[in-house]
This record gives sequence, C-alpha cells and structure tokens, in this order.
Amino acid sequence: MLLAASLFVSCGDKVSSKERQQSSVEVEDNQSNYALDVYNFEGFESFLSRKDDKTYVINFWATWCAPCIKELPYFEIVNKKYSGNNVEVILVSLDFPKQYEKKLIPFIEKKKLESKVIALDDPKMNDWIPKIDEDWSGAIPATIIYNKDKSQFYERSFNLEELENELKQFITL
Amino acid sequence: MKTVKVLSSLLLVFVIGALSISADKLAVDGYDIGDIATDFKLKNIDGKMVSLADYKNAKGYIVIFTCNTCPYAVAYEDRIIALDKKYKEKGYPVIAIMPNNPKSKPGDAYEAMQKRAKVKGFTFPYLMDEGQKIYPQYGAKKTPHVYILEKTKKGNEVKYIGAIDDNYQDADAVEVRYAEDAVDALLEGKEVPETKTRAIGCSIKI
Repeated sequence: MLLAASLFVSCGDKVSSKERQQSSVEVEDNQSNYALDVYNFEGFESFLSRKDDKTYVINFWATWCAPCIKELPYFEIVNKKYSGNNVEVILVSLDFPKQYEKKLIPFIEKKKLESKVIALDDPKMNDWIPKIDEDWSGAIPATIIYNKDKSQFYERSFNLEELENELKQFITL
Repeated sequence: MKTVKVLSSLLLVFVIGALSISADKLAVDGYDIGDIATDFKLKNIDGKMVSLADYKNAKGYIVIFTCNTCPYAVAYEDRIIALDKKYKEKGYPVIAIMPNNPKSKPGDAYEAMQKRAKVKGFTFPYLMDEGQKIYPQYGAKKTPHVYILEKTKKGNEVKYIGAIDDNYQDADAVEVRYAEDAVDALLEGKEVPETKTRAIGCSIKI
C-alpha cells in the first residue's frame, strides 16, 4: 500500500534539494546538547520503505496532541519489549518548527524517550499525506507498522494491548 | 460434492470481498463530493440557534469544523476570518462548528469559545456541536476540516472537502488557496479545480 509509486518520484531534483532533506536542531544550554534530526518529506520517505529484516512502527505525533501523548508510553514499551524481535519504533514529531527548542526537545528529555525521535517539517501536506496513506485524513495520532512483506496504516489511538496485537501480526515470537 | 466445494469457496470469496468493501466504506464514512449535506440547528456563541436555512440569500456555505485548542486550528484563525470577510458578501458565509467534547477538552467549552471569538473578533457564527451529532454525519475527522457546500435545488451539495490552503506554517508562503479557489469556481459556475485535499490536524475529541 505504501509508496510503491512515490519511491520513483522526484529523482530529478534530488541533488539540488539534498541539502534541504535533513537538518538538525541543537539545543545548547547548561543541561542539554540534544540534536534533533529534522526531515522534509523527501528526506523522510526512506524511513517508510526499508527492506531489511526489521519491523518498523512509525508513529506520527506532536507534543500538543493529547491522545498522542497518552499513547506514547505504549510505543516506548513496545520498542523495548520487542527489540529482540527486530522491532524498531520511530516517533515522528509534527510539532511546529518554532516549538522544537521550546517544547519538543525539553519533552523528549523530560520523558527520557528511548525510541528514536525525528521531526518531519514539510508544509506541503496535501502532497505528502496521500503518499503515506491514501485514506489518511491528516488527523493524528496515526501509525504505520511495516516490514519488507507487508504494511498497515492506522488512523487511530492505541492502548498497549491493541498495539501489541497489531504488532504480533508482523513478527514471529 | 465437488460442486458444493466450488460453490462454497465461491461464496467465501464473495463474503471476503463484501467484507473488504465494507471496510473500505468505513474508511470514507461521512460525505463525499456530490452528497447532500444535512442542515443543523446549533447554538452560537451569542446564545442564538443557527441553521444553514437561516441564510436565505446565501449561494452556499463554507462550513469549517474548528476549535480553540488545536494549534493547527489556531494557526488558521486569521485566515478563516479573512475567508468570511471576502466571501460573505458574495454569498458564501463561513459557518464554524466546534466538534470536540468539552468534557474531554475543557479549553473548548462554550464559555471558552465565546472568549476566543471575542479576542479574535470572529465575524462568523461559532457553533457548538452539542452532543457531537453533526460532525460524524459530515465525516469530519479533525480540526480544521473544511466543507464547502453549494445551495442547489437538491439541497446543499458538497463541493469541496479538506484544507484551507497549502501552508499551515506561514500564510505568506501559501501557494494554493484551495478553499478560495473552490468558492471562486462555484461563483463563476465552473468546476472546483481540486475537490479534496489533505492536511495534518487534531483528531476530534470524543
């Protein structure tokens, strides 16, 4: 379902836009030297199409999204509990760029998030949202679980049991 | 015996097919382009009840599901006011509906809506979807979520569903004004250039 077509788009201007694909925001105060990787959609796309042996759980969230914050601990648990089953959780923040330093990075540090956190900053949403899933309205939280064999998109919230049940369809315990 | 087997496997195929169709339907519940949208009678921040039918001279409506508490909705407040100012006189007023359950989101309570509308100087009705009965019929999934309706003989026909424009971050960097383009096309009797668009938003709180 995911991106089979979009993998091939935009090869043309890849070089010129390479610099824009990823950037990094660093917070330097007395306690923090956290470096947040920030991607535009072109840079982020590779996270959705890896063909290795891992199962990826990609969760779209933001610090201002209450149901996202509520389910975040379940993604953290899953990341830890199933790491031996080749599962990797990636938390994709859709926070506003001006909030990265003020809200997002302090939140990541305060909650001691262990899953990989990246930020997706690409205002051309109508272009990239359908590439993630044709049926996604754009509401968050939203999650993709995929491995090299299959992929499933969810526009919904999870509790731990629901998340584990979905994940178990992708892994052999 | 063999026929029975073939028949039952055919039946199975049919049932699975039917199931997956209903799953697809589920994903697109609510209105699609061309559907007739329901009218409503919802309480405005001034205490009066508002229906689409109250607007006798309207040619259509820009119905926007929005709220106080979603940063994306807040980012669009000034642009929603601008839409109303530009199109109300042309026959397409903005009708804003707050779809969240204020018990889950106290910042979207009726009094908070009144306060926000006053601070921002909303020029349009800001209605409480009391009991959350209207947004599911439209199929709104998030705030902000725009439905542009055209008044026709059949009723209020859905002509556009989606985002206001293509840049939530920066009003000055907008390249395509989806909602304006849709209303302009309707006013000129033309087809809406892009009938459905997507944007990130906050899920509606139940």
